Amino acid sequence: MEYFLELSSSGLVRGSIYALIALGYTMVYGIIQLINFAHGEIYMIGAFVALIVSGVLTIYGFSGISILILAALIAVIYAAAYGYTLEKIAYRPLRNAPRLSPLISAIGMSLFLQNYVLLAQTPDFLRFPALIPDFEFMEPIAHIMGSPELVIVVTSAVSMVGLTVLIKYTRIGKAMRATQQDMTMARLVGVNVDNVISMTFIIGSVLAAIGGVLVGSYIGQINFYIGFMAGVKAFTAAVLGGIGNIPGAVLGALVLGLTEAYAAGYISSAYEDVFAFGVLVLILIFRPSGLLGKAVKQKV
Amino acid sequence: MRKTVIKNLVMVALLGMIMPATGFAADTIKIGVAGPHTGDLAPYGIPTKEAAEMVAAQVNAAGGVLGMQIEVLPMDDQCKPEIATNAATKLVSLDVDVVIGHVCSGATKAAMGIYKEAKIIAVSPSATNPPLTQSGDYPNFYRTIAPDDDQGKLASDFATDKLGAKRIAILHDKGDYGKGFADFAKQFIEAGGKAEVVLFEGVTPGAMDYSAVVQKVRREKADAVIFGGYHPEASKLVSQMNKKRMKIPFIGPDGVKGNGFLEIAGKDAEGVYATGPMDVSDYAVNQKAKADYTSKYGKEPGTFFDQGYAAMQVILNAIEVAGGTEYAALEKALKSSYVDTAVGKIKFDAKGDAEGVGFSVFQVQDGKFVELN
Repeated sequence: MEYFLELSSSGLVRGSIYALIALGYTMVYGIIQLINFAHGEIYMIGAFVALIVSGVLTIYGFSGISILILAALIAVIYAAAYGYTLEKIAYRPLRNAPRLSPLISAIGMSLFLQNYVLLAQTPDFLRFPALIPDFEFMEPIAHIMGSPELVIVVTSAVSMVGLTVLIKYTRIGKAMRATQQDMTMARLVGVNVDNVISMTFIIGSVLAAIGGVLVGSYIGQINFYIGFMAGVKAFTAAVLGGIGNIPGAVLGALVLGLTEAYAAGYISSAYEDVFAFGVLVLILIFRPSGLLGKAVKQKV
Repeated sequence: MRKTVIKNLVMVALLGMIMPATGFAADTIKIGVAGPHTGDLAPYGIPTKEAAEMVAAQVNAAGGVLGMQIEVLPMDDQCKPEIATNAATKLVSLDVDVVIGHVCSGATKAAMGIYKEAKIIAVSPSATNPPLTQSGDYPNFYRTIAPDDDQGKLASDFATDKLGAKRIAILHDKGDYGKGFADFAKQFIEAGGKAEVVLFEGVTPGAMDYSAVVQKVRREKADAVIFGGYHPEASKLVSQMNKKRMKIPFIGPDGVKGNGFLEIAGKDAEGVYATGPMDVSDYAVNQKAKADYTSKYGKEPGTFFDQGYAAMQVILNAIEVAGGTEYAALEKALKSSYVDTAVGKIKFDAKGDAEGVGFSVFQVQDGKFVELN
């Protein structure tokens, strides 16, 4: 039982991070039907910015929690700027091009950003300081879920609630939902569709950057390549839950994270990816539109 | 009539070629140096050839061994087994006394049978394949480098004997290097019978975290972890073990022993063990060999230079101790007397592996790897 809880906790942590990234994929897909392959790189850039900022702040004598908050804040702003720019230069000019063109552009941006960080920073792994303090909890709680893990799960949950509120109850949320349903109609009734799309990229990037900072602080190392695998996993989670569906992305991410943890714990960690993608295949066979996805008729 | 004259002339000519050769044999010692001297693997063979020639030149200048001059006969095998058998046959027909080589394990295996029949001892600077010595097939084979499984053996012995571990978890990164090390460690622990391998598992490099695997190690109540792989995964593992409040020894291979691990793992690195090549740069013989090379060639010596240099040194020493190049006497000399060489003070064990070369265990203490004795 304790072992099951330990694995569940590790799966929950992974799932929370996947969810933060998966939301960006699913929101962008919901609005412009584009799979933004460069999204994983935004997550990586968020982590790098936080690392640099925390280094600078440490030199200036800041300490503990203030570094975490400031570093995360600056990382989020930076990542938002990257997401906004990315959309502006790589996707907006291709808005009316065949669907394959922005997809290729996305892959190109992903490679570009990876190599940019590789050249501008370093190809090696870098140490990421443990920004989230690791408190001494009582055993057995301490080894089941320590404070860094708790912070990850809580932060993710709060971000997701925030996102839901934003989409359901604010003006921009309403505009996003309108754009998602019918872009032309939304434009006709006076919604600034371009702004809405930019906003979607910014929100997605903010969430990804939060994920990047949390992961960096939790596992203590980053390099230019971490965005790739995280991106693939998060994309899988988004598809698993039904791409375009926001609660679906969260559910898919948790299912994926828990599957990986149980597979690693009860079967073999050498095959955790096999099980993760195996679950994806199974779900897509029986529910082609994902766990919560609605079967939408193709608009012709 | 004419034909017989020609025949006789040919005979005379042949005899003439043979006579000086046999007459010479008495006052030179012929040492064949076989390895890749051309082709893409030449960088692994040339340094040994250069080392052998350097040692020979020095010894000859000082009057030779037992009053005899040393003659080095290089023979190219391109690291290819089929060429290696030809090279070996050629060296045997040239009547060499001892061979240094070959360099690649595959080529060495192919050539060893030929030397065995001809009763010639071969000392390889670089063939690390474990069965070459351990199978017992080649009693005439020696090497001045540690075999591939040496690190695995060292790590498992350290865990069971020094740390007293009874339940060992072995993790690896699924790669050739990491899994190879892990396989050897497992094999030695099981053969040793002092501890049990409670978990043998691969982890996925680049996975977001290893907390599930760490929990698994905890569930198996392991009292030591041996990890085969490189420093990024190792640092992730030790940091998560600390987060999960697991305070058991962690032992890695030489892929962990480096500054990369110290930098990334930071505080979590403290107390971690890693095996790594012994530090020989303090030995006077090693320093002198390298300095001589640099002054002669104007560059740093290449791969296996130290081992090639050491091979030549042990052979010449053995010839001197044995008082000649007779097989049984040489064998006895190689296995009984320690020699100060470029890879440290070594002698050979019963199977032909060098004692005194290879790996040591290091531990991170105050942010530095410290060699344990």
